[in-house]
Amino acid sequence: MDMNTIEAVVRTTDPAEWRDGDAWLAGGTVLFSYGSYAFGPQPLKRLLDLGAAGWTPITVTGDGIELAATCTIAQLYSLPGQPEVSGRSWPALDLVRACCDSFVASFKVWNMSTVGGNLCTSLPAGPVISLCAGLHGVATILTPGGGSRTLPVADFITGDARNRLAPGELLRSVHLPASALSARVAFRRLSLSNLGRSGVLLIGRLDGGTSLVLTVTAATKRPVQLRFDALPDADQLTAALDEAIPADLYHDDIHGLPAWRRDMTYRLAEEIRAELATPQGTPGLAVSGDFWPPRTGGMPGSGPTTLSKGA
Amino acid sequence: MAIEINGTSADAAPRPGQCLRTFLREQGNLGVKKGCDGGDCGACTVHVDGTPVHSCIYPAVRAEGHAVTTIEGLAGAGGAEGQLHPVQQQFLERQGFQCGFCTAGMVMTAATFDDDQKENLPRNLKGNLCRCTGYRAIADAVCGHAGHPNPQGPGSGIAGEGQPDPEPGRLGDDVPAPASRAVVTGKARYTLDVPQEQLQGLLHLKVLRSPHAHAHVVSIDKAAALKVPGVVAVFTHEDAPEQLFSTAQHELFTDDPDDTRVLDDVVRFIGQRVAAVVAESVGAAEAGVRALQVDYEELPAVFSPQDALLPGAPLVHGDKDAARSRIARPERNVVAELHSELGNVADGFASAGFIHEQTYQTQRVQHVALETHAAIASVDAEGRLQVRTSSQVPFLVRRTLCRVFGLEEDKVHVVAGRVGGGFGGKQEVLTEDLVALAALKLKRPVQLELTRTEQFTATTTRHPFTIKLKAGASQDGKLTALELDVVTNTGAYGNHGPGVMFHGCGESLAVYNCANKKVDAHSVYTNTVPAGAFRGYGLSQMIFAIESAMDELAAGIGMDPLEFRRLNMVREGDHMLSTQPDPEEDVHYGSYGLDQCLDLVRDALSRGRERYLQAGLEDLGPDWMVGEGAALSMIDTVPPRGHFAHSRIRLLPDGTYQADVGTAEFGNGTTTVHAQLAATALSTQASKVLVRQSDTDLVEHDTGAFGSAGTVVAGKATLAAAEELAVRIRALAAGIRQTQASACVLDGDSLVVDGTPLALSELAQAAAEAGVELAAEGRWGGTPRSVAFNVHGFRVAVNRGTGELKILQSVQAADAGVVVNPRQCRGQIEGGIAQALGATLYEEVVVDDAGKVTTDILRQYHIPTFADVPRSEVYFADTNDKMGPLGAKSMSESPFNPVAPALANAIRNATGVRFASLPIARDRIYLGLKEAGLVPKLERVPS
Repeated sequence: MDMNTIEAVVRTTDPAEWRDGDAWLAGGTVLFSYGSYAFGPQPLKRLLDLGAAGWTPITVTGDGIELAATCTIAQLYSLPGQPEVSGRSWPALDLVRACCDSFVASFKVWNMSTVGGNLCTSLPAGPVISLCAGLHGVATILTPGGGSRTLPVADFITGDARNRLAPGELLRSVHLPASALSARVAFRRLSLSNLGRSGVLLIGRLDGGTSLVLTVTAATKRPVQLRFDALPDADQLTAALDEAIPADLYHDDIHGLPAWRRDMTYRLAEEIRAELATPQGTPGLAVSGDFWPPRTGGMPGSGPTTLSKGA
Repeated sequence: MAIEINGTSADAAPRPGQCLRTFLREQGNLGVKKGCDGGDCGACTVHVDGTPVHSCIYPAVRAEGHAVTTIEGLAGAGGAEGQLHPVQQQFLERQGFQCGFCTAGMVMTAATFDDDQKENLPRNLKGNLCRCTGYRAIADAVCGHAGHPNPQGPGSGIAGEGQPDPEPGRLGDDVPAPASRAVVTGKARYTLDVPQEQLQGLLHLKVLRSPHAHAHVVSIDKAAALKVPGVVAVFTHEDAPEQLFSTAQHELFTDDPDDTRVLDDVVRFIGQRVAAVVAESVGAAEAGVRALQVDYEELPAVFSPQDALLPGAPLVHGDKDAARSRIARPERNVVAELHSELGNVADGFASAGFIHEQTYQTQRVQHVALETHAAIASVDAEGRLQVRTSSQVPFLVRRTLCRVFGLEEDKVHVVAGRVGGGFGGKQEVLTEDLVALAALKLKRPVQLELTRTEQFTATTTRHPFTIKLKAGASQDGKLTALELDVVTNTGAYGNHGPGVMFHGCGESLAVYNCANKKVDAHSVYTNTVPAGAFRGYGLSQMIFAIESAMDELAAGIGMDPLEFRRLNMVREGDHMLSTQPDPEEDVHYGSYGLDQCLDLVRDALSRGRERYLQAGLEDLGPDWMVGEGAALSMIDTVPPRGHFAHSRIRLLPDGTYQADVGTAEFGNGTTTVHAQLAATALSTQASKVLVRQSDTDLVEHDTGAFGSAGTVVAGKATLAAAEELAVRIRALAAGIRQTQASACVLDGDSLVVDGTPLALSELAQAAAEAGVELAAEGRWGGTPRSVAFNVHGFRVAVNRGTGELKILQSVQAADAGVVVNPRQCRGQIEGGIAQALGATLYEEVVVDDAGKVTTDILRQYHIPTFADVPRSEVYFADTNDKMGPLGAKSMSESPFNPVAPALANAIRNATGVRFASLPIARDRIYLGLKEAGLVPKLERVPS
């Protein structure tokens, strides 16, 4: 929609230019969908446009993957097929498309919306949050004083539409370390509607083949991570979830009742534990929800497997 | 750098915060539509350098230096001028649309698909919402499938025993919508698609809305708002007429309470109009709204109808006079009530072998027509008020404006362009009064376009019903008693409150023979967003309860639920009784196909079962529970209390016909039906009949396109006009040729006189020379009425671990009489099923404890996407109605009605758990199963 209170669009990437009433404009798909009051009761006056930032969307090195904040979801989605990563043994890349497909937004929106935009919007169901938190992503933030700071994405998000950005600060990039990308992973997601907004999204990562990092998103107001030095048994997992997620941390909105989100968190966590406790490709595993296991070949048209609908 | 649009550089540059959608429209590309303005619906899809984007969330400045293609330029980009893009051609051939408001976006999206993407439409079309079609026709259009099954096959609605054979271009043929080409090319003109040059000096109106659920407006300081550059005027209750009215529109305005003012000094729900700001631009009007200073005195508020009925509850309209405003008991918040008992339910329960008691609840749902409410008003040089509006009822809008503003009917002209969906939501005056007020005062054209959020928070919803039901059956399967206590929440205003309550308690009960029926019903005010007319008009809510109860009774006595229905449903000739001891005088069995519908669904379900068995898919694993369920519904083919239509038809000099009708086209397909009915009477082709409609200057009156009246009332008027014209043409020819009229036979473009063809164009010329106008009129008063039936069946699988629901089979059988246009009628049914699936599984307008709507964008209010809607099997009963035009019956609201209980019954059959509240979302299914102890107690899942 038109943002009729906007008086100027300023092309800049310099946090020093930021003043009250400004918003960073990445893809615009959130700002323009919520309008001039996207960030509270005071209308926005200027958009600081990152469109000409010229940041390389995706940089792949032996250390891992650097995603620029301005990397579009469409660019992210195409990453697993790219030559820069095809030679590397990074099984966790399977998460990329599963997470992108978890967007309730269509592939058309992906042509504009960005990695940084999804992180900074900080909704519980933000799939880039799930991906980056699940892969131990570390965010780099530019500060108005000309400096920068880093922090893990899992800590960057602090609640429903809340994060650790101070006024004027700008998310520059997220680094996904090779250590996480090399890990075996598992993914589970449920929504109240087919291909709808995530109500529960869990990612399991088996670091070094032994220690488990379980990242709970969508079900909770902010990402919750559980770490186990060795793969837990079912009871240990349950106890750890009891400990890590108090009842009021489960998100409550139209996309899922907290009691359902809670039980699904336990269910999906156990499915992930069971999957990672057995050799890859073990048949007969319980896989609830959609987008997992990843389809080989990665057709852009690929999606969930569904039962045939009637006849 | 300029923005290139369809190969031409735009002259203008966008404003800083402008989105590409409005920029493109300002540049004349009116095919770019606003459905949500938030990136959810895809109606605004365009290409930027060939990449599809949602232009409503695309910063227009980002398009500078890039090439934009809109629907207007799509064919030009790939082929020669005037040609259609292949996807446009397919949407035209497969009729992949109804109202057409989403079509440009669908076409622009699908035009970018490769074969892989076409293989997965659930994923790739999830950013394109259609509220009308149910997506089957869209899938066929996108993929170029053959389309719907053989229109002349069994169960097709035409050419059955006792039905006529289809004739090309006439009755029973799949005639395409006349507007097809305009729709697929983006040239169809909806309400606001008026070129700028025709609206010189257009002003924009924005509304300040109440932040309080109930408050007295003490004062409004306009000074700061009036100083905002571009603001022209501010209107408040001080400028509004005193006349109370209802936003609901009926033939008789006395059917609804007079409880509403254009602008009131009391606000009764969060979102109610407080003041209107008119300015040179939308942005200036918005700034003016922000600058208004309002002093409110808050009043106690009440949010649930149960609370509102308690003694001492805050009174929503306590200031009204009961008789003058036609409110049953304003001192108890009761708009209307109904108390009746046929027979004696106590006796009935005493003789019952099984009694079912349950409280059923239906939620608020929103119509979500893709085109939001919008209107433009102006005063022409003759001082006549001109209103262009998105309305199902232009003639009633005129009547209401005259009543409210004290104008003569000939001083008001109301037209509707093509209407982008209605579903009952546009049987209200929600914008027209404000723009009329402003235009009359300012003598300049004024436009109001509601946002999607305003649709959710400040228009109307379906009435939430709480239905306390008690029903008894004898062991041999007879319904012995039916007792209902119904409370409906009409919200802050009583628009449609009485009608929905009465209608809801009508056919839902009358379809069953039962000697003992008792109903107590109340329609109750609360300080919440008003409820209004919604597809089904109360029936969908009541049928959810009653049809759920029929399955419970059958289960209770151990009988097959369809068999139980068969034993108790009305048969042709049975009195149809609900709350009156005598049947409605003017409702008859013009035809009866309920028994056929039940058989069609039962047989289809059993074939489906067999298919799964054959395919080895019957066992879905231990997590999945499979079941079947069905439900039936009946509807009177015409609303009660008068529904009038007037049509005119004439022979044009070129030998074609022009039919002027009153009823509006909002995707219901009545334009096609009227052309076919006229073509049948005139022995020509529908393509030779140009239909003009929904313009108060064209015909005398039309009550409007609601209550499924477009075919059976307005169509009947058009048919009568066409039949009369045929008589006149033949008489004139007989006079000229000195022969008997019986020797003159109409045949397409000519009239055959004693075996010699005479071109109609020549006849038209002869008539003109003789000073004879070959024209005729037709009228219909909407009575007597018939009954139509729908039966829906589902096979479902429910996951006991997650609550997921899969629809394995969906089948609906409809008794629509002779089906005028099988493809189109099937589309109505598929669309009704899809909309009902949304209302059954997902949709809920949530009002919080303070009375505020929290689901105010489409991302918070999930309507079915392509991925959510199964392909349904659709069958028609073989009947031929004695009342309807050429044997046809109504079939637009009713397909919605049996869907929710059929699904709830299938889930009950699969799981043993009765879900008595809507929506039956996955989380609630899971929690219901858990409560019933059906969730497997894995040791891993904590208690």
